[in-house]
Amino acid sequence: MSTARLAARQVRYATLSYVRNPPAVFFGLLMPVLFLVIFATVFGNDTIESRGGISQSTYYVPGLVALGIVSTTFVNLSMSLVVLRENRVLKRLRGTPLPAPAFLAGRVATAIGMATALTVVLLVIGRLAYGVELPGGTAPGVVLALVVGAASFCSMGVAFSTLVPNEDAGPAVVNAAVLPLYFISGVFFPTDEAPGWLNDVANVFPVKHLAEALLEAFEPGSAAPGIAWGHLGIVALWGVAGALAAVSTFRWTPKGE
Amino acid sequence: MRVTQPAVTVRALRKSYDSFEAVKGIDLEVRHGEVFAFLGPNGAGKTTTTEILEGYRERSGGEVSVLGVDPARPTRAWRSRIGIVLQAAKPEHFLTVRETVAEYADFYPHPRSVDETIAQVGLSDSAGKRAGQLSGGQQRRLDVALALVGDPDLIFMDEPTTGFDPAARRNAWGMIGGLRDLGKTIFLTTHFMDEAQALADRVAIIREGVIVAHGPPSELGGRGRRSFIRFTLPEGVAVGDVPVPAREEGGRAVIEVEQPVRPLAAITAWAMERRYELPDLEVERPSLEDVYLELTEEGA
Repeated sequence: MSTARLAARQVRYATLSYVRNPPAVFFGLLMPVLFLVIFATVFGNDTIESRGGISQSTYYVPGLVALGIVSTTFVNLSMSLVVLRENRVLKRLRGTPLPAPAFLAGRVATAIGMATALTVVLLVIGRLAYGVELPGGTAPGVVLALVVGAASFCSMGVAFSTLVPNEDAGPAVVNAAVLPLYFISGVFFPTDEAPGWLNDVANVFPVKHLAEALLEAFEPGSAAPGIAWGHLGIVALWGVAGALAAVSTFRWTPKGE
Repeated sequence: MRVTQPAVTVRALRKSYDSFEAVKGIDLEVRHGEVFAFLGPNGAGKTTTTEILEGYRERSGGEVSVLGVDPARPTRAWRSRIGIVLQAAKPEHFLTVRETVAEYADFYPHPRSVDETIAQVGLSDSAGKRAGQLSGGQQRRLDVALALVGDPDLIFMDEPTTGFDPAARRNAWGMIGGLRDLGKTIFLTTHFMDEAQALADRVAIIREGVIVAHGPPSELGGRGRRSFIRFTLPEGVAVGDVPVPAREEGGRAVIEVEQPVRPLAAITAWAMERRYELPDLEVERPSLEDVYLELTEEGA
């Protein structure tokens, strides 16, 4: 079977593994939806002056799309690869004729598929329940941010999995990395009023830039095509760095073996 | 050519970790179609050697050929002829037994039937169960199914029966015997000497990175290994009356010999002539376990 077909088969098994794992589904897929519903319902009618007076609902959709992309790619891959590595599933796969690129492409494609599905769900809920619409012609900005963001956070997730020492530490280590970044990157609430040094820190990391790129497409004054090249460039740089780190540090055997 | 070559050839294999030399220049040969048992205490270099043969580890020196290929440069074609049962590998929890076996079947050019493979390891009743819900022994059998589904020529099994109850071990032995009958070559590591004795055509024992014995289990240890003939002395018979040199231990005659056939013939002829029954007459050959313990003991 060709590498491409084997990768497609891996998508099937990785998807089954994901959707049958209740914590993964809850934290990866349901929580961003819950956040949107709760935040938009409670604070939706306020406006944000620092962002040209856009409604809170309009702010939440791109912010939570960014969170959803990170949770379905980076969080998902870094945690699941640690489990597979420590349980010697990766080691066993390494002993079969399955080409390594087919395995990794299958896992990455699955994560990107999840990110896409979640993004669509969030956009649809935002539009139907809270009347959040994309300004005309900025859809390319959203699509490109999704593609660049999902691919980059996948490669960062693969690289990050090698930093997690064991299966039990997975959720703690991965959350320790992403939760503070969510808060300082304006995913939940605008951070324009935060101290400058905190924004300087946030600007180093890619979550902030993914959220800004998505937000730019949603801001009422945005013009077509709504692509934030600067922000997406920084996300992509992180993605390339992640890919390079992943290639040089990825391990098929448990740590300490 | 390939058929006449051994399945596995190892010459002067060395492996060092920093300053520690785990494998110190060993030679091994595994023939096609045999069950080969690789024995040794933990830390003796057993897993290191096995993982070099499986293509997981690089060697420091020596030559290795597995099915005619150097495992340091594994190819897909070579991988498809090899099955590996790892020690302590877990399945993917949320896939069913059948899904998992079908997933692995896709990796190989000429896989066996998924359902037959599941039946062969005795998991037909659990085929629809998620792997995470299987017992430890069932997960081990699923591991074996994953190694077999590609229909490999050579199967590595690292302690395949550890954690099995006695009945499950016997079943596993039957299955391994069945694989040999299909012409498969099996490279087995085990702690259980009865397992090696029951299954293996030939064994090698490694100790501190050196092969200390290599051959069929019955011939292991070679010359100088003693058999014992024992029987209770009949009433009124002294140990000096026995027609071969014997000593007495607790009312029993003990004859220690290298080759038991001739002294045994002399004893039975003597007993028949004098109408002794010798109801507890026994001949004890050293078991693989005795040989193993002797060879792997500290300072042996």
